[in-house]
Amino acid sequence: MKLTNNSFFNHFVRHNECSKLGPVNSKILPQNLSGKPLPAIWQPIIQSHLNNAEELHAWIEINLDAQLHFTEHLLIITNQRLVYFDVSQSNTGIQSISVTEHPFRAGLNLRHSDHAGVFKLQLFDGDLRMASWCYTLGSDVSSTRFIKQFEQQSTSFLTGQAIATEATEPCPKCQYPLTADQDECPQCSSEIDTPPSTWTLFRLWRFAKPYKWQLLAGFLLMLASTAATLVPPYLTIPLMDRVLIPYQNGTPIDTDLVALLLIGLFGSALLAWALGWSKTYILALVSERIGADLRTITYDHLLKLSLEYFGGKRTGDLMARIGSESDRICVFLSLHLLDFATDVLMIIMTAAILISINPELALVTLLPLPFIAWMIHLVRDKLRTGFEKIDRVWSEVSNVLADTIPGIRVVKAFAQEARESARFRDANQHNLAVNDRINKIWSLFSPTVTLLTEVGLLLVWAYGIWQISKNEISVGVLTAFLAYISRFYTRLDSMSRIVSVTQKAASGAKRIFDILDHVSSVPESSNPVHLDKVSGRIEIRSAGFRYGNRAVIRDLNLTIEPGEMIGLVGHSGSGKSTMVNLMCRFYDVSTGSISLDGVNIRSLPISEYRRNIGLVLQEPFLFFGSIADNIAYGKPDATRAEIVAAARAAHAHEFILRLPHGYDSLVGERGHGLSGGERQRISIARALLIDPRILILDEATASVDTETEKEIQKALDNLVHGRTTIAIAHRLSTLHKANRLVVLDQGQIVEVGNHDELMAREGAYYRLYQAQARNVDTDLDDVSNNDSIAGKAAST
Amino acid sequence: MNTSKLIIDFKLAHNAAGQLQFTAADGTVANNVYPVRAFPIAAPEEGISIIDKEGSELVWIPDLAELPTETKAIIQAELALREFMPLIHRINHVSSFATPSIWDVDTDKGSTQLTLKGEDQIWRIKGNKLLITDKHSVNFMIKDVEQLDKHSRKLLDRFL
Repeated sequence: MKLTNNSFFNHFVRHNECSKLGPVNSKILPQNLSGKPLPAIWQPIIQSHLNNAEELHAWIEINLDAQLHFTEHLLIITNQRLVYFDVSQSNTGIQSISVTEHPFRAGLNLRHSDHAGVFKLQLFDGDLRMASWCYTLGSDVSSTRFIKQFEQQSTSFLTGQAIATEATEPCPKCQYPLTADQDECPQCSSEIDTPPSTWTLFRLWRFAKPYKWQLLAGFLLMLASTAATLVPPYLTIPLMDRVLIPYQNGTPIDTDLVALLLIGLFGSALLAWALGWSKTYILALVSERIGADLRTITYDHLLKLSLEYFGGKRTGDLMARIGSESDRICVFLSLHLLDFATDVLMIIMTAAILISINPELALVTLLPLPFIAWMIHLVRDKLRTGFEKIDRVWSEVSNVLADTIPGIRVVKAFAQEARESARFRDANQHNLAVNDRINKIWSLFSPTVTLLTEVGLLLVWAYGIWQISKNEISVGVLTAFLAYISRFYTRLDSMSRIVSVTQKAASGAKRIFDILDHVSSVPESSNPVHLDKVSGRIEIRSAGFRYGNRAVIRDLNLTIEPGEMIGLVGHSGSGKSTMVNLMCRFYDVSTGSISLDGVNIRSLPISEYRRNIGLVLQEPFLFFGSIADNIAYGKPDATRAEIVAAARAAHAHEFILRLPHGYDSLVGERGHGLSGGERQRISIARALLIDPRILILDEATASVDTETEKEIQKALDNLVHGRTTIAIAHRLSTLHKANRLVVLDQGQIVEVGNHDELMAREGAYYRLYQAQARNVDTDLDDVSNNDSIAGKAAST
Repeated sequence: MNTSKLIIDFKLAHNAAGQLQFTAADGTVANNVYPVRAFPIAAPEEGISIIDKEGSELVWIPDLAELPTETKAIIQAELALREFMPLIHRINHVSSFATPSIWDVDTDKGSTQLTLKGEDQIWRIKGNKLLITDKHSVNFMIKDVEQLDKHSRKLLDRFL
């Protein structure tokens, strides 16, 4: 690659001399194409380089240099030229700016390409490359839009005509047409970058709120029951000082007093029992409900997320999050948090009682408390990261299972049991290592707390004896203190356990909120538009889509008339299935727009939009249930007559009747027990039943033999009739009914026309057709389904 | 696999459009070709293919070392421009330990920021090698976690 400082166009390059060019331009500098304001450091630099009549129209930050090192450069488009600012910082910190200018002239054109996350803009003069600039998507600009600006400005400069403004103002970044009341593009503004707060557990309040009265009742009961448990040690003071010690000194026992005190002891124990029981019951009830709500809401949210999210996550991990994590939170709330709150209350009340009896001794008794609290805090951090780690490792272990068990046929067919076992052992070993590390800290923790407890007791004994010797306190007070704090310290020991369970619950909550915080990349429109009657006209305008760092669809334009059948043709990987996913709105286009009857599909409520689409996939998915249920999946209130009519039209009626229980036959998971063709016809019936205006057939006949294909084809012909249809097929012969064939290659349309036209043109379609005519199976290159391979391997 | 010495019967050069031009032994010329590595991570020097703009293979080079220096230099220069995988030398700062998290890193390509969408965007390749994919799908690599300094390791550890 040759860069800007290539000698060929050195005559364009000037260094830092341009500030002579007239007074400083006062034109307001625009935001960039994604609405980001121009960084302040660039403003004076640009200002000093523009001449009077010049306006800045677009800019992008070029954050990579020729060697792909991260730097900061800027490329701008004015109404006269393209200017590139290269700022280099020398070791001594002095900035030098070199400016490369490309005044508009005929023949100049900009092109863009991208690979592995790096975008490249290239400036050509005819076929000669003048310059090229690289940047990552971090600088966040749609290059197509930048190029459009370049073309508009350069045409306007060369012809002297003003730029025609577009009727609808599209979003500057993704060309999504904005309506008058939308300031922000729903696509561009939906990205969130802020991490969830670390106080994740408090966010559970959202789920606790509906139960606030029960919670309040539980709290009051807790207060009362804790107070009740604190009565008995208090009664030991008179028992000691007024009964036992006087008796030792020769005074007879006051039986009435003893009876009163014993009744008091029993009564308080009984009260504490009753209160404790009702408190635990109420709070356990509430926490179980909170857990259940959490699970349901998370699952509902998960279902609303786009396919993109599911593509990036593993089943085992998601299942663990919704299942065991929510349960862990529930146990935490009902058991650990409850205990902890009780303990805290008890400590506060005990402290109050102790101080009221004897402040001096109370001070000594409570002395170890801050020390222990500090120690808990210290270990807290270490344990938290450890537990988060354990969680991640644990989902690694379950992911190995989730990978292997569904693919067990492949594992066995290739005799790889030992390898899978090793993989599991590795994951388990990792789990063990992480656990070992955390246990080292954890195991030290409890004994240390116990030791501190013993030392604390020792302190109270010593100080108490010394005070008794000076007659400052009675023996009864010392016994009461010892009774209080032995409870108190044992609670401290168990309280220290709250550290780990809180952290576990917090990391569980974080993982659940990770799902809840994930905004669907296919967002519901805030001002949805409702279509009463859908005619089925689909317009795709300069659509682009990226999957990871790969551009799968680029600048695609296509209009499909109502009732028209379009056949999408191309090699595998040419973007056909992506087109289908975009049209179903499983994904949203990255740039451009898709509209139905002139309304952007982003403005339609998702479920309302999808109700108009019938989808028949290559691998039909049947849910566990009866055949009738499966046919009526998209329309649960369908009558039996409707179901039978749909099945009849799908040529499924007869084979269903041959089954022992007819329409009520249960089909197992994924339709085991039915052949591929039968399953496919059930899914066609399913699509027929909802009577969609738009029909999408994604390789509907690819996984069946030729005989079955004919049957399915007949069923499909019924389905296609009168609907806008988009069909993908590898076997071109199955598209004979299509009004138009659209040939895709590398995400772009290369040819459009009917079979005869395309054959006459002898282009890409012709070559595909010829290849298939020679050998029907040549192009069946996507039978990559592991199951089917394993099935073949197993059956031989 | 063909173990005999590779016969170099093709030519590579840049054309006026800055594209790579491939001239086969029989004199046919293909423009806008590009080299790709078959095993970019496991064995980057082995198995390089020259591919035309439609994506079909023109020539397969089992080992880069067998090429004449000139051709090798052209291929390596072209690969360097196509492969963008900054190596992280140091993690200076992370915005939070919960994802999404913005990392300030030093790489062999200079200092930059990356946005980590989730912990699952960090792939453990083999041993201590990590591949980190940022929000914009730029891949960052950590060659050996053990080679990082203590500060970076500590930050990284919170995500592993």
